[in-house]
Amino acid sequence: MNALLEVDALRVFYRKVEGLHRASLRVEEGSVVTVIGPNGAGKTTLLGAIMGLLPSSGAVRYAGAELAGVPTEARVARGLCLVPERRELFGELSVEDNLRLGAFQRVRHGERDAMRDLAAIYARFPRLEERRAQLAGTLSGGERQMLALGRALMAKPRLLMLDEPSLGLAPRVVRDIYHIIADLKRAGVSILLVEQNARAALQVADRGYVLETGQITLEGSAAELAANPRVIESYLGLAARSAGA
Amino acid sequence: MNLDTVLWLVQDGISNGAIYALLALALLLVFAVTRVIFVPQGEFIAYAALSLTMLQAGQLPGTVYVLVGGGLLAAAYEIAAALRARAGARLPRVLAFYVLLPAAIAVLAWWAAPRKFDLWVQALIVLGLVVPLGPILYRIAYQPLANASVVVLFIVSMAVHYALTGLGLLFFGGEGLRSAAFSDAQFKLGVVNVTAQSVLVVLASVLVMLALWLFFTRSLYGKALRATAVNRVGARLVGIPAELSGSLSFLLAAFIGAVSGVLVAPIATIYYDTGFLIGLKGFVGAILGGMASYPLAALGALAVGLLESFSSFWASAFKETIVFTAIIPVLVWRSLTSRHVEDEEE
Repeated sequence: MNALLEVDALRVFYRKVEGLHRASLRVEEGSVVTVIGPNGAGKTTLLGAIMGLLPSSGAVRYAGAELAGVPTEARVARGLCLVPERRELFGELSVEDNLRLGAFQRVRHGERDAMRDLAAIYARFPRLEERRAQLAGTLSGGERQMLALGRALMAKPRLLMLDEPSLGLAPRVVRDIYHIIADLKRAGVSILLVEQNARAALQVADRGYVLETGQITLEGSAAELAANPRVIESYLGLAARSAGA
Repeated sequence: MNLDTVLWLVQDGISNGAIYALLALALLLVFAVTRVIFVPQGEFIAYAALSLTMLQAGQLPGTVYVLVGGGLLAAAYEIAAALRARAGARLPRVLAFYVLLPAAIAVLAWWAAPRKFDLWVQALIVLGLVVPLGPILYRIAYQPLANASVVVLFIVSMAVHYALTGLGLLFFGGEGLRSAAFSDAQFKLGVVNVTAQSVLVVLASVLVMLALWLFFTRSLYGKALRATAVNRVGARLVGIPAELSGSLSFLLAAFIGAVSGVLVAPIATIYYDTGFLIGLKGFVGAILGGMASYPLAALGALAVGLLESFSSFWASAFKETIVFTAIIPVLVWRSLTSRHVEDEEE
């Protein structure tokens, strides 16, 4: 398999942001890779740097090209999309306008029928269709996450990066979101999933990395990580306790 | 003070207020999208009004030099940036927009000036001369500092304002000019004489506002501007380039300024530095409207127009004082009721 994304010795050292010290990882085309780790380990920083939102040093290669100096919007145009932890929706615009803007790059590059994908998004998230005329700012937490996902999907991502997609959501909604992630994987979208919810993440992922205080401390297949005593101890704590009981 | 006078003052107030409302919208738009407090907004008005008057006199307006010179400077920035990023493919578009387009409009103005075309044609030429100045100014003065704080951007605005007024003095001279009216017709509405010119001002303002409203609610680019205004990070994540929205908001601001300038040219004597005061009144309107909502800003600007017209009747020496004093209670009220928002850091 080909590496779609290769991050090599990435460093971010930037004012208030948690630093990142020479982090390296790979995402193969069509696979789901997860990065787990505690709060403040630099997971969001990692995604921000890959997206070009934060200045960084080191190499980020995506689809065979070095991304240094490529602005965020050009990365989006190449199919590199981020669903951020804070969702970053356009609260004063309608749900449908949020989705339409998701396809902004495609329309700008002359793709005339980009808006046809709205139907597919609504088929995936019927709730969003019910609320299409409502302002995004009035949605519930789960709906906001669905809208953020839908907006990213409107950009036709080749590599979708999700930052804590289950954070603050009800268990039922988390299950829905993970169903969708599995669906997207079957549809051939590569996914880089950053999670504190290690159990859910390792279930859906092919490979995983553990990021602690800005450094990758462990890596391996999802099954290997799930069986690793240190991972069980620190991130699957509940499972370890119940297994021991 | 009889009813006639009141109605006459209201008419005057509304037609001035309509122009202030346009300017208030432009200021609000530019601020929301780029965080620039756009002091030089008024310069577009003065440049447009004076260019129109000069075209009527059969002279080539000095705006062409500002346009071509500014375009070349902006192109230089772009070329340097493109070379650094090794993105030579961008160059044809850069040259077309910043060099060829201004040059073509300049040649058109030079050819049309001695021929003294109809006022409407001249107004179109003026729009062609002034509107491209918006994106050019953004490229030269603001885009390189896009991540600077509001205060830094404000200081840049002051500098741009002084530069443009200075150039205005150089190219238009210190004399006040007034253009011919689009129509000298008057008609009676009840007891009051309504001039066709003031009807035109109000109609044109309403039309421009309607067009802006359609642009912001119907077109993807209009929505992209609103999206940038509500959430800058979100806008980057869907791939809306900050330079594009900045440039577009300045284009709209220049368009609004140019239309306002064409509209006021026949009703007021315009000097090279008059624009500042007119723009400032639009700003007062925007503040009265809370610097947040477009309809409130338009209403606030209308109130400024009426206040100005009545105070010029009662206490003409104090009319500016009264208008600018009106913001103090609003500011006090706002600072008491609204949460203090820290200047955003990026």
